[in-house]
Amino acid sequence: MAAPTKSANGSGTTWTPDQPMVSIKDVHKSFGDLEVLKGISMDVMKGECICIIGPSGSGKSTLIRCVNALNDIQKGSILVEGLEVNDPALNKLELRKKVGMVFQQYNLFPHKTAIENIMMAPITVLKQDKEEVARHAKELIKKVRLEGKEDSYPGELSGGQQQRVAIARSLAMSPDVMLFDEVTAALDPETVKEVLVTIQDLAEEGMTCILVTHEMGFAREVANHIYFTDRGVIVEHGPPATFFKKAKDPRTKEFLSQIL
Amino acid sequence: MELFGDFFKQLYDTTGWNFVIFYDQVEWSRFVEAIWTTIKLIIACLIFSVIVGVVGAWAQGAKSKIVRYGMAGYIQFFRNTPPFVQILFFYFVLGNLTPSYDAGGYQEAYIGSFGWAVISLGFFAGAFNTEIFRSGIEAVPESTVEAASALGYTRLQSYIYVVFPLAFRVCLPALNNNLVNLLKTTTLAYGIAVPEMMYTANQIWSDNVNVPEMMIVLFIFYVGLVAILVWAMHRWEKSMKIPGYG
Repeated sequence: MAAPTKSANGSGTTWTPDQPMVSIKDVHKSFGDLEVLKGISMDVMKGECICIIGPSGSGKSTLIRCVNALNDIQKGSILVEGLEVNDPALNKLELRKKVGMVFQQYNLFPHKTAIENIMMAPITVLKQDKEEVARHAKELIKKVRLEGKEDSYPGELSGGQQQRVAIARSLAMSPDVMLFDEVTAALDPETVKEVLVTIQDLAEEGMTCILVTHEMGFAREVANHIYFTDRGVIVEHGPPATFFKKAKDPRTKEFLSQIL
Repeated sequence: MELFGDFFKQLYDTTGWNFVIFYDQVEWSRFVEAIWTTIKLIIACLIFSVIVGVVGAWAQGAKSKIVRYGMAGYIQFFRNTPPFVQILFFYFVLGNLTPSYDAGGYQEAYIGSFGWAVISLGFFAGAFNTEIFRSGIEAVPESTVEAASALGYTRLQSYIYVVFPLAFRVCLPALNNNLVNLLKTTTLAYGIAVPEMMYTANQIWSDNVNVPEMMIVLFIFYVGLVAILVWAMHRWEKSMKIPGYG
């Protein structure tokens, strides 16, 4: 994992662990005439936990969806361990093995049980040995504290439980970076915590995490760095200690005053 | 069996109702033969049409414009022309153009009337199945498909493991309907002399002048077949129900 990797399609550069794991440079993204990202740059080092906050429609979700190529970008560069995402010849499988993603609406496969949801992709996509995958899946179930729910279908689980299955499903692919797209936004307040604890565990174990979130308490406690985006640009960023206390930009101040 | 035959013989002698197939050995074996042919024809058509539908619905979402236009053309052709005309066209026009072999003095086509009936009816019902599956595929949330691609699934893998299993459950009632229709439409194979039930009934009533009796047999036969199909499909539907979903 830590060894230098050369991107499979030849584009991008050789990556070593002292370089940013995810390097975003001057990214522009439009949907038709609407420019959503207007030149975003950020670097995420291995093991860091990054929170992106900001008002709705500021482009936060779009940004992390660009990181695993669910959305394409018009201009700029996104390097994930040296793999250039903004490359028409991008090997998407190579990218998606590195990057896991968890969504706001969980998006579990409703026709499969919790454990099957976790096991499917490693078997189908990575062609891993079934027994090995089953063993790993059981560990993951334990990790997200869902023992006993292995054989439940998503429709039989609460929102928080489904979201934890979704996290385990992503982890089953052994990604190097995890993207969390407002993963607690659809949950009721009591279940938010159980999901956040799971993510905190991951961050503390050294998983590189990029979160789009409205959970300021979580951001303050867990994040290494916070980015505030508004109308497609990064307005301000910094480590939580300075960010929350000494925000300089009026837009940041206004946003923080509304939610803190 | 003896008693059964005697009853219908008796019935004929006393009332004139001639269910000849139930007491005459020759007609009986003709009838049984037709039952098997019909069942084979139906099963072959059902399977073929479902395969066409599954592949067709996938091809409808293909990147290639040629494939997509080809699918649209196929659906328009088979949906907008009568199935009986299609069967005749396949058998008499395409059947003449396909290879044949020397079967001892005369030319025998590799694909016979049974084969052409399956092909034409399969494509006919397949056009509808394609649209039915498409409606199911469109009912699968885009976000679920996205989750699959975020996990590294290719379009085909996501279709096989995620989209289709969900779409299938959504469109099963509509599929039921179309397959019931297809079952009944197999009687059109009569037009190219496939010895199925309709064709055989016609032969039997030509020989025995018992049209009303054979009509009754036909109705009961098809009512029974449809009942079996519907029962099986409902069981299938139930067995695929997902706890807590839909």
